[in-house]
Amino acid sequence: MRAVSDSLSVTFSALADPTRRAILARLASGAATVKELSAPFEMSGPAVSRHLRVLEHAGLIQRGREAQWRPRTLDATPLREVAEWAEEFRRFWDASYARLDTYLQSLTERENTDAQPS
Amino acid sequence: MPSPVKTGVTTYATPSDREIAITRVVKAPRRIVFDAYTTPRHLQQWLLGPEGWTMPICEIDLRPGGAFRYVWRKEDGAEMTIAGSVREVAPPERVVTTESWGPEWPETVNTVVFTEADGHTTITLTVRYPSQAARDAALQTGMKEGMDQGFARLDALLRTLA
Repeated sequence: MRAVSDSLSVTFSALADPTRRAILARLASGAATVKELSAPFEMSGPAVSRHLRVLEHAGLIQRGREAQWRPRTLDATPLREVAEWAEEFRRFWDASYARLDTYLQSLTERENTDAQPS
Repeated sequence: MPSPVKTGVTTYATPSDREIAITRVVKAPRRIVFDAYTTPRHLQQWLLGPEGWTMPICEIDLRPGGAFRYVWRKEDGAEMTIAGSVREVAPPERVVTTESWGPEWPETVNTVVFTEADGHTTITLTVRYPSQAARDAALQTGMKEGMDQGFARLDALLRTLA
């Protein structure tokens, strides 16, 4: 498996909340203001802002420059990192177990040979 | 009774919010499989992931409270280390360990259970993550069980980025 990134656990904890995942899913279809992002949730503005800060800290969203209603946009880089890690996880076990099959065959054959009377 | 899982296939399932169960059926008696899974000289032969990696360091103190450390090395010099400790050992049935890939990584609790039937052994490795997000991330590729709507959408997003 490849060398691992320190930021991955920050991404994981940012993704741990269903509201934050819904916010990211909304941003996947385009930039949105805080007000637009708050609309689907029965949640106060400050509560939504807290979620946005967590996502920003994880590098998952970025703010636009326009002063007051700075729209948020999705930054997919950390997600790509997570997806790559997940793919490595499966490749690791698939490849290791394929090798174990062959190795166990040689171990059982060796044992059977040893067990035969001379 | 025929085994529900075929040999040669690794299956991934989600027995709870925080767990992944990785199951493989192998054609060997359980005591041999247990040895292959817990003895350094055996592990160094197969627990290697994709082509190109070796495991130059494999140390296991196989008793409750004992430490273990695996270091893998790639041809280009890249290294990966997993370290942890043993919680329970019950040969040839079960081993429970805690492990982590480093200080920045969540510690997982790994339980491996060996069951034998008809000369085959089913290896069930259950990895318990500290959060559902960490678990779900490990399943992103191809797995759908246990994902809520938000994660299903995120998964679709990830596919478009791949």
